[in-house]
Amino acid sequence: MSTMTREETAALIQEVLEVYPESAREERAKHLTVNDQEVEQSKKCITSNRKSLPGVMTIRGCAYAGSKGVVWGPIKDMIHISHGPVGCGQYSRAGRRNYYVGTTGINTFGTMNFTSDFQEKDIVFGGDKKLSKIMTEIEQLFPLNKGITIQSECPIGLIGDDIEAVAKQAAKTLEKPVVPVRCEGFRGVSQSLGHHIANDAVRDWVLGNRDEDTSFVSTPYDVTILGDYNIGGDAWASRTLLEDMGLRVIAQWSGDGTLAEMENTPKAKLNLLHCYRSMNYISRHMEEKYGVPWMEYNFFGPTKIAESLRQIAAFFDETIQANAEKVIEKYQAEYQAVINKYRPRLEGKRVMLYVGGLRPRHIIGAYEDLGMEVVGTGYEFGHNDDYDRTIKEMGNATLIYDDVTGYEFEEFVKRVKPDLIGSGIKEKYIFQKMGIPFRQMHSWDYSGPYHGYDGFAIFARDMDMTLNNPCWSKVQAPWLKSEEAPEAAVAGA
Amino acid sequence: MPSVMIRVKENGALLFYIAKKDQEDEIAEVETDTEESWGGEVLLTDGSRYYVDPITPRPSFPTTLRFKRV
Ligand code: SF4
Repeated sequence: MSTMTREETAALIQEVLEVYPESAREERAKHLTVNDQEVEQSKKCITSNRKSLPGVMTIRGCAYAGSKGVVWGPIKDMIHISHGPVGCGQYSRAGRRNYYVGTTGINTFGTMNFTSDFQEKDIVFGGDKKLSKIMTEIEQLFPLNKGITIQSECPIGLIGDDIEAVAKQAAKTLEKPVVPVRCEGFRGVSQSLGHHIANDAVRDWVLGNRDEDTSFVSTPYDVTILGDYNIGGDAWASRTLLEDMGLRVIAQWSGDGTLAEMENTPKAKLNLLHCYRSMNYISRHMEEKYGVPWMEYNFFGPTKIAESLRQIAAFFDETIQANAEKVIEKYQAEYQAVINKYRPRLEGKRVMLYVGGLRPRHIIGAYEDLGMEVVGTGYEFGHNDDYDRTIKEMGNATLIYDDVTGYEFEEFVKRVKPDLIGSGIKEKYIFQKMGIPFRQMHSWDYSGPYHGYDGFAIFARDMDMTLNNPCWSKVQAPWLKSEEAPEAAVAGA
Repeated sequence: MPSVMIRVKENGALLFYIAKKDQEDEIAEVETDTEESWGGEVLLTDGSRYYVDPITPRPSFPTTLRFKRV
């Protein structure tokens, strides 16, 4: 398949929109666009962060998922209560693979599910008493926890429980931080508002805790990693690079992170922000209140890593800048070997992405390092500022889709015919059954890490393993096969 | 009257950020920009104009201010 022209892509969008009733068509048209690198501001060509229409299949999550699942959940030494009925927490339990070190159930609690398990009577009479009771229980059973967060599920907001009051009371008796988070699932249009609410809760209940405390000795080289959830070990693979450069990483937000790290973050010299969408709020706040600057970086693929390492080093003195060059040099043989091995097998392959808050633009560079091309991308819950940052990364005349519906995505794929799709679990089996190689790009398909130079090697191997897997030639029943055998058959070689 | 955070961008320009709208634009021109005070009418790179009463002394950025649309 040759690349599509601007007119062809625009025509494709029109064709796909055709089946909708008029009002839905008008609404959805605003969320689909053909990329044009000339455009300075995404608001001119795409609308985002709007409510999904009833009747279409959206892949979005809820505010609770954004707070409990993304921002707060990975803080390993706190206990996060999924406050409300049991399902929200149980069905999402340990699903994000935020790796951490520690002994689960003793001093870390990442993969456990704590819930107040609401019953009818709690809805009728309120759950505040139950909440304070379970916090006492938690303290008896897990005395090494460093604090508790209360992650509200939908019913809490509906029945109007006063979790703030319970939290304040409990914080006094337990003598630990207890953080109420108003992240009821019905708030906002997607998990994105959950990130924001969680950021605000950190700001209001955690960040200032150690303002007076001078026991932490900072150095001129203290940095933090924000917006890295250590999926499959991502943050570790990033951290080693920064440490190789001579920087000291004093906090990880929030993959493998702790409460103390969060509290000490304002003492850093620079906040490094990987996932802009989920943690830009708190970064901006820290810059304003504590004067800690922040910068976005990208640790996917050697080109972007080198670029980011140099940008980070530019904040510091010449030693660090020289070290950055050394780090890049040190890994050069390693990543060049990866490229030499996989590039010939992946060259020219076309990818369509549809992921969450940073990957639709961040991974493009890693694919390009392998000679692949991203021909369509989109965010589940991105905002205008995310698309602003995407336009320049994507090629001209490629497809951009916001909160794409199940139907649209399938039709786009049928026409664009990518060689690989990177998206989530909900899309995976549809496309695999259509015979298209697929990688889950939220959870790295149970692999990872993909960040850093070490991660790039794994990324390249995984893409090759998926794309060139001999199974794709076996998807069609033998008697339905046409004369010419699909080219995927060569892959096993 | 949107609440706007103004910060210094990597390239030295001032960035006008309206949190509510996720809008980030560079400031192209400011009416008053002296040692002592900062404010008045500001022009953004997208062509829109906002106003804030000049602030004395000149605030240190980042800072959050309430602007009026012009
Ligand atoms: S929308 Fe409400 S009920 Fe559903 S998972 Fe989110 S918090 Fe739970």
